[in-house]
Amino acid sequence: MAHGHKVKRYSGLKDWLTTVDHKKIGILYLLSGGFFFLVGGLEALLIRIQLWKPLNDFVAAHTFNELLTMHGTTMIFLAAMPMIFALMNAIVPLQIGARDVAFPFVNAIGFWTFFAGGVLLNVSWFAGGAPDAGWTAYAPLSTATYSSTHGLDYYVIGLQIAGIGTLVGGINFLATIINMRAPGMSFMRMPMFTWTAFITSALILFAFPALTVGLVAMMFDRVFSANFFEPTNGGNAVLWEHIFWIFGHPEVYILILPAFGVISEVISTFSRKRLFGYSSMVFATVLIGFLGFMVWAHHMFTTGLGPVANALFSIATMLIAVPTGIKIFNWLFTMWGGSIRFTTANLFAVGFVPTFVMGGVTGVMLAAAPADFQYHDSYFVVAHFHYVIVGGLILGLFSGLFYWWPKMFGRMLNETLGKIFFWLFFIGFHLTFFVQHFLGLMGMPRRVWTYLDGLGFNNLNLISTIGAMTMGLGTIVFLINIVVTSAKPRNASNDPWEDGRTLEWTIPSPAPEYNFAQTPLVRGYDAFWKEKMEGKTEMVPAEPLGPIHMPSPSSLPLFMSIGLFIAGLGFMYAKGDYGTGAWAWILHHHIVAIFGLAITLTCMFLRSVFDDHGFHIETDEILRDKGVKA
Amino acid sequence: MMNRWHVLKRVMPLLVGMVLLLSGCGRADLSTLRPQGPVAEEQFGLMKLTITIMVVVVLIVFAIAVYVIVRYRRRPGDKSIPVQVEGNHKLEIIWTVIPIVLLIILGVPTVKSVFGLAKDYTHDPKAIQVHVTAHQYWWEFEYPNLGVKTAQELIIPNDAVISVEAKTADVLHSFWIPSLAGKTDTNPGGNVNTMYFEAPKTGVYLGKCAELCGPSHSLMDFKVKVVDRASFDRWVAAMKNPVQLPDDQQVADLLNKQCLSCHAIGDKGVQLYPNLTGIGSRQAVAGILVNTDDPKYKNEGSVEDNLKRWIKDPQAVKPGTQMPKVDLTDDQIDAIAKYLAGLKLEY
Repeated sequence: MAHGHKVKRYSGLKDWLTTVDHKKIGILYLLSGGFFFLVGGLEALLIRIQLWKPLNDFVAAHTFNELLTMHGTTMIFLAAMPMIFALMNAIVPLQIGARDVAFPFVNAIGFWTFFAGGVLLNVSWFAGGAPDAGWTAYAPLSTATYSSTHGLDYYVIGLQIAGIGTLVGGINFLATIINMRAPGMSFMRMPMFTWTAFITSALILFAFPALTVGLVAMMFDRVFSANFFEPTNGGNAVLWEHIFWIFGHPEVYILILPAFGVISEVISTFSRKRLFGYSSMVFATVLIGFLGFMVWAHHMFTTGLGPVANALFSIATMLIAVPTGIKIFNWLFTMWGGSIRFTTANLFAVGFVPTFVMGGVTGVMLAAAPADFQYHDSYFVVAHFHYVIVGGLILGLFSGLFYWWPKMFGRMLNETLGKIFFWLFFIGFHLTFFVQHFLGLMGMPRRVWTYLDGLGFNNLNLISTIGAMTMGLGTIVFLINIVVTSAKPRNASNDPWEDGRTLEWTIPSPAPEYNFAQTPLVRGYDAFWKEKMEGKTEMVPAEPLGPIHMPSPSSLPLFMSIGLFIAGLGFMYAKGDYGTGAWAWILHHHIVAIFGLAITLTCMFLRSVFDDHGFHIETDEILRDKGVKA
Repeated sequence: MMNRWHVLKRVMPLLVGMVLLLSGCGRADLSTLRPQGPVAEEQFGLMKLTITIMVVVVLIVFAIAVYVIVRYRRRPGDKSIPVQVEGNHKLEIIWTVIPIVLLIILGVPTVKSVFGLAKDYTHDPKAIQVHVTAHQYWWEFEYPNLGVKTAQELIIPNDAVISVEAKTADVLHSFWIPSLAGKTDTNPGGNVNTMYFEAPKTGVYLGKCAELCGPSHSLMDFKVKVVDRASFDRWVAAMKNPVQLPDDQQVADLLNKQCLSCHAIGDKGVQLYPNLTGIGSRQAVAGILVNTDDPKYKNEGSVEDNLKRWIKDPQAVKPGTQMPKVDLTDDQIDAIAKYLAGLKLEY
């Protein structure tokens, strides 16, 4: 069969820079997210070293504020979000029996804008000072009046660019999951991870625009002397708090829901048992996503919103405990009566359950507004959100990485090193953050550069620092594991854990470019498991073998984000005293910003005008793949 | 594998217990766990209620988790397929309804307390009215009905409700006296927050800024000194007494030129920055250099030494402070510190 379009394929670096393949984009997300995770972790260790003893001066006060701001911002936006997208990209299309995401080109834009934004944000370290007003960037501390360096400019512009990536990524997964499921894969047969990816994407769709609006407004304040949040000019600082948390609270659920999905998959697989109460799990996920938008003001109980708002938001927040509790018990009862195998992936998943419960219950405690007047902005809150984000999301991510590593890379991670990693990380984690609950209750505010001697904070802070070091050590073991594993042959089977239940385990590890040679026919929940139980080893195909249409790689996404990166720098440095030379004229007249935007717009123009119909992978190539693998 | 779990589950509570024993519940003048007034007590009551409920929940989950992990682990060579249970309506209803009941138990006192603590005493003639203004990195306390303004040290009587109206002069801060009452943010732009508290026991309590406000956020401490009514009245009177400038005319000129252009002492000077009336009898200099004749820690010293240290290099004590390094010789600093240390209020 002859198809008109030329086959476009690159290799090496060019392949990675132009790829629109969801699996490769997933790996790109993982690499860059992993890199930023190490950067954020290093910042955390510096914070803990500074706090290991009272009145320490290991780092200067303003550096400490930069560290805590960049630690939070990096971990949330540049480490956690991309690692979630890494798993979603690598797995969701495989779980629903799709050959790619709905918009492969947009997928690449999503990655490259996130990467450009992340790099831009970190450039601030080398350009006269990182942002230093906390990851929440509360006005007026974040306004030009009180923050005269370019640090906050990097924050508002870097996050806007990275935010574009997250938003289009979310839209892409919504479209993918709605439109591209294999025949028979109804919504109520979707694997739990796909469900959580779906709800998370919906939350991204509604939450990120709020952040973007806030950031644009703050950028106008800083770059063009507007006054949305400048109280001296009639702006309103509390408005920023609202906008930030209307985004910020759903963001917490954007982060944690995919981890819930991973845990559901891993626990079910390694218990050899169907997920207990699947439909109530789905319902609970949807409910958490919905309630997530109703509770933002519980971050603002001390702002002075008044008793009516505080009471309403207290109750709304407490309600979230109900669907979350449903999930916890469903996981426990999935294991109940099962045959539990403790692989590293499952250790992380099993460790997640009690740890997340501890973070959840402190969340309910924080929901009681009058008690929150005491907890708020103290180390108790620091302990709480690290229990849900590290003890929840990060344990979930590591579980997912160990579980799906063979599907992503074709190699199984070393289990012994994996278990050493788990115990170091798990024990280190509890050591670091458990004591922080008590520090907060004993009167230690958060975001403090140092603390006075004799206040009773010394021992607990020392324990916390030792715990952080232990976590760091664990992470090093994980890195060693990755290096050791990548030297091993690529020999993972289709279903390396032998108890795989979902569609991704029916295809080779790693999956071929087109994922499924023939789209599978899904006959029930846990589609692969159902076939296995009927004595079959593979899925029933829903179509005959034929040529597969593939999207062409493109360098446009990369150049679009480079354009935004340049434009961002141009906007930041438009103001300032550069003398009277040509360079000053260029900066003052926004020429750099216009040049950057022009690159992006030109790329968009090229994409719109020149159609690229992609290419086809012919049947004989697919058969050849099968022959080699089988 | 299982042994490690066992050991961990057994050792963790022991460790935790030890940690708690070692540290107690914190200092009585600082810890939310040792409330010293009715507002902090009410908040602590709610904390105890929630902690109790939550510890029960955690224990139930831990118990089920440990049981399941031990009982249903896979034996080597086990190839059997467990029964594929879809769910169980009865169980699912139980673990939906019980949390709802727990939340009602928690929600009712929460709402009651939210409205109780929002009571407005700002027009109560019997309450002591205090206007708190937060600055980068110091606290201003004004008693509008008494015509007194002070800084860094809030003096209050032990027999009245203290009604606070809080705002900021620059960025967000948060006014927090952990052992007396939870915090309230200080907002800019005429957005005033109110709160109240009582302190029936005389003594000194530590106050903190709880909202990131710049490099010296961690050093923005203040003190609350609770005295009896007679003593409070004497303090108010003493604050209004005229103040003697130093006898040495040179020092007096220096003070007028270098200090009183920003600070006020009694009826002299201007009120732009912390009021220094009676600074010699305060608990601390700059909020964190604790005055004591028996210094134990790096941030402690006699009043005079602390004043010298502060005036000599304010940035070294509080990075980012607006107090400049004033152009003074060591002798001049000594003379000024000596004079300031001698400014004591009898009350």
